[in-house]
Amino acid sequence: MNEITLTVNGSVARVVVPARRLLSDCLRHDLGLTGTHVGCEHGVCGCCTVLLDGDPIRSCLMLAVTADGHEITTVEGLAGPGGELSPVQRAFHESHALQCGFCTPGFLCTVTALLRDNPAPTEAEALEGVSGNLCRCTGYQNIVKAVHRAAELTAEETGPDDDEAVR
Amino acid sequence: MTTKLFGEPIPRREDPRLLVGGGRYLDDLGPGALAAAFVRSPHAHARIAGVDVSDAVEVDGLVAIYLWEDLPDRVGEPLPLLIPHPALTHGRTAHPLARDVVRHVGEPVAMVVAVDRYTAEDVCALIRVDYEPLPPVVGPENAVQGSALVHADVPGNVGAHLVQEVGNAREAIEEAEHTLAFRLDVERSASMPLEGRGVYARWDSGDSSLRVYTSTQASTSVRMAIAATLELPLPSVEVVAPDVGGGFGVKIVHPWPEEILVPWACIRLGREVKWTEDRREHFISSAHERAQVQYVRVGFDSAGRVLGLELNILHDHGAYTPYGIIVPIITSTQALGPYKIGAYRVEFQSIYTNTVQVTPYRGAGRPQGVFAMERTMDRIADHLGLDRTEVRAANFIQPSEFPYDQGLTFQDGRPLIYDSGDYPASLELLKSLIDWDSFEERRAEAAAEGRRIGIGLGCYVEGTGVGPYEGGHVQVTSDGRVHVSTGLTSQGQGHETVFAQIVAEELGVDISDISVVTGDTRRFPYAVGTFASRAAVMSGNAIALATRKVRDKALRVAAEALEADPGDLEIVSGIVRVRGNPTAAIPLKTVAVLSNPLRYAFDAEAARATQFAAPGSPDEPPLKEEPGLEGRDYYSPIRSTFASGMHAAVVETDPVTAEIHILRYVVVHDCGKLINPLIVEGQIHGGVAQGVGGALYERMAYDEHGQLLNASFMDFLMPYATEIPRIETAHLETPSPLNPLGIKGAGEAGVIPVSAVVASAIEDAEGLVISRMPISPSDLYDLRLAAARGEAERTSRSAG
Ligand code: FES
Ligand code: FES
Repeated sequence: MNEITLTVNGSVARVVVPARRLLSDCLRHDLGLTGTHVGCEHGVCGCCTVLLDGDPIRSCLMLAVTADGHEITTVEGLAGPGGELSPVQRAFHESHALQCGFCTPGFLCTVTALLRDNPAPTEAEALEGVSGNLCRCTGYQNIVKAVHRAAELTAEETGPDDDEAVR
Repeated sequence: MTTKLFGEPIPRREDPRLLVGGGRYLDDLGPGALAAAFVRSPHAHARIAGVDVSDAVEVDGLVAIYLWEDLPDRVGEPLPLLIPHPALTHGRTAHPLARDVVRHVGEPVAMVVAVDRYTAEDVCALIRVDYEPLPPVVGPENAVQGSALVHADVPGNVGAHLVQEVGNAREAIEEAEHTLAFRLDVERSASMPLEGRGVYARWDSGDSSLRVYTSTQASTSVRMAIAATLELPLPSVEVVAPDVGGGFGVKIVHPWPEEILVPWACIRLGREVKWTEDRREHFISSAHERAQVQYVRVGFDSAGRVLGLELNILHDHGAYTPYGIIVPIITSTQALGPYKIGAYRVEFQSIYTNTVQVTPYRGAGRPQGVFAMERTMDRIADHLGLDRTEVRAANFIQPSEFPYDQGLTFQDGRPLIYDSGDYPASLELLKSLIDWDSFEERRAEAAAEGRRIGIGLGCYVEGTGVGPYEGGHVQVTSDGRVHVSTGLTSQGQGHETVFAQIVAEELGVDISDISVVTGDTRRFPYAVGTFASRAAVMSGNAIALATRKVRDKALRVAAEALEADPGDLEIVSGIVRVRGNPTAAIPLKTVAVLSNPLRYAFDAEAARATQFAAPGSPDEPPLKEEPGLEGRDYYSPIRSTFASGMHAAVVETDPVTAEIHILRYVVVHDCGKLINPLIVEGQIHGGVAQGVGGALYERMAYDEHGQLLNASFMDFLMPYATEIPRIETAHLETPSPLNPLGIKGAGEAGVIPVSAVVASAIEDAEGLVISRMPISPSDLYDLRLAAARGEAERTSRSAG
């Protein structure tokens, strides 16, 4: 058994886990954060995507002990402190980008990181950006739409950036 | 008027919780439950000679191991054959745990219960099963030879044989001016929801009651199956479908072995038990669909009108037939599509093989039927040198001909009579959206750039909203909230939203006051289930009818309080008022209070209904009808309602690599009146995406030993966003005359014609006859090589 420390959605958690415990299982079953889903446990579907130090990773492909000392954001940590939905979450809602919702947490984490790195993705970049996650329900069209909508919402909220103000 | 809601694209009400990780899917429940895992057969066909658990029992944390012989009589019996049919003369179902013989890779042999899943799987790995392999039967054409048998008592491996005929098709074909005969092949695929199956059971030994959560499409029927099998009184069993991460058909089958075994073990152990299917288990132990070999013979005249059609189907149903022969029956009947063809004869044999059982997957036999019919239409057009749309138009049922009786028996045992539709209008719309008539110019432009493009189309009719019935319950409580429930289940179709839209509009209340519960037998115990694009039609109408009862009652009670005529009242935003006199009004929540004469006041609102506050007439009993402002009603249609649609695609095939790209995909869809266009579009997008998977990528690769070689997401190619074209949709709304809301089902529509459409377009691009799906770039490449050797058929257009 190993004691590890994770910072999950801003709170520090100490957990004792066997070495073989998957990070996805640790989040879901040890920490009770069941918003992170597992659809394959072999790294293909992306349902289990969380942000590790800000970057999307597949939590089914990482052992909990490997994440010791790192910061993790799960779907439960995407909304604002008052529970207000993030622009990405709102965009998914407005665009009808989810049906059963099982793949959704993975997409939300992926898109959150995508837009942080590229606030105004082109059509091709948006498509590419979500093409590592499987969804069996939506046919993806509305997910891609939601990426653009989220970019819009974020831009509206942060206001025109300096570059644009100069132009 | 309350804001119009029916027909509006309002965003979904289920989203907020799902967007913050607040969904409650099966594996999210029961954090302290014991975990179950299964030892599953690695052989496609074998006799179990013995099971050795001596090492397994040493594992710390093990709670129990069960084999078939440990199960009490009733529990160990074969699982039910859900939909018997006289033609299914040799129906066979599995035992919950294999008894003596395993018949497909993945069949459960032993159940292990342990403190957690890791431990349970450790135990499984240490259980040694001694198998004596038997000859595996793989592929329906091998199977039907009958040299090896899946079930020793099923000769020729034939489970069912059914012929349906209207007119004398063979004679009509013989006498026709033109005839064609060919073979078609459709591969296996599967529903493959991202959440697999799962079951979690809680037993209260104090009052001997059982609650089971299961990721199902049919919770009411699972409940009855569990009560019957475990010999529990029905009122002591509750079954809840929590949030379900997709179904697409596979979760309509029930009870799965685990749905019996997990509750049984839970009661026996007096502990909560949970089992969550993993992805490999889902591939090898749930269900597949689609695989068929089809032989078509058709006779037609020079205008392309079909005079006689004969369809012979070899349907591979895998090792067991728990869901009967619904799939090949649907293929047989829905092959007819929007056409009136002269005479029709369809014959199928449903065949056992040592593979995973076959039960409905979205579309449920229709994609195969449409593939057969639409490939036929394309062949006729090619043979006669006619435009493909002309041949279809020549065979359409005309709008004036509804109701149209196809003369066959549909999957619900009722006559195949189409209720309404406008096929010529759909085709016109489709042609204009995809610029059908100017395609040759675009082909020439592309060719000038060295690119190869083709266009194709496919038409279908889908029987939706099959009976026998669904019900709905609507209750207004004294806080003004409206509680709606229906027994059928949800797997992402947005029922919480569309049913609330219906109630808001019918009752005249704000949608924010409405909550909807589905698939929870505590709330509504009678239901059939979610399949066959039936939820909106069946439960939507039942809920509308229940709401109308509530409304009538509200008006009666309010009329008395307002001393008005019920006919003069209206309900607007939750207030009952006299039309034209806004001062004479009473809120629905007060009506709810008044509809239940009280002795005790539990709050200020309730005080208004107590015996001294509302004395009423001394000569009448205080209670005149059932207390409470609530209503329950059922909708039971005389037969299915028939939605329809037509899709067209433009594809590009790479002249060198044979890569296939869908450049445009257009859908014209008619599901009657739309409740929520946003949701209907979403259903279409998702359906088309699954169709594209089936047309270009997905197949279950069984080898000759019955091993599934691609049982992972790594190897079974489900499309990602990059594989799915942008889908352009247009709607026609031909209302159904059969139900109060005029709606038809939409859930499966998107998937149905896609293989046919893509085949049509690739054939057009390549000038090579496409007769099997899916078609991968390598398949197309091989087909080109075969054509070059003169071994593959070219279309006459390209040959001429
Ligand atoms: S569960 Fe991790 S990628 Fe599928
Ligand atoms: S919404 Fe169901 S898998 Fe994506």
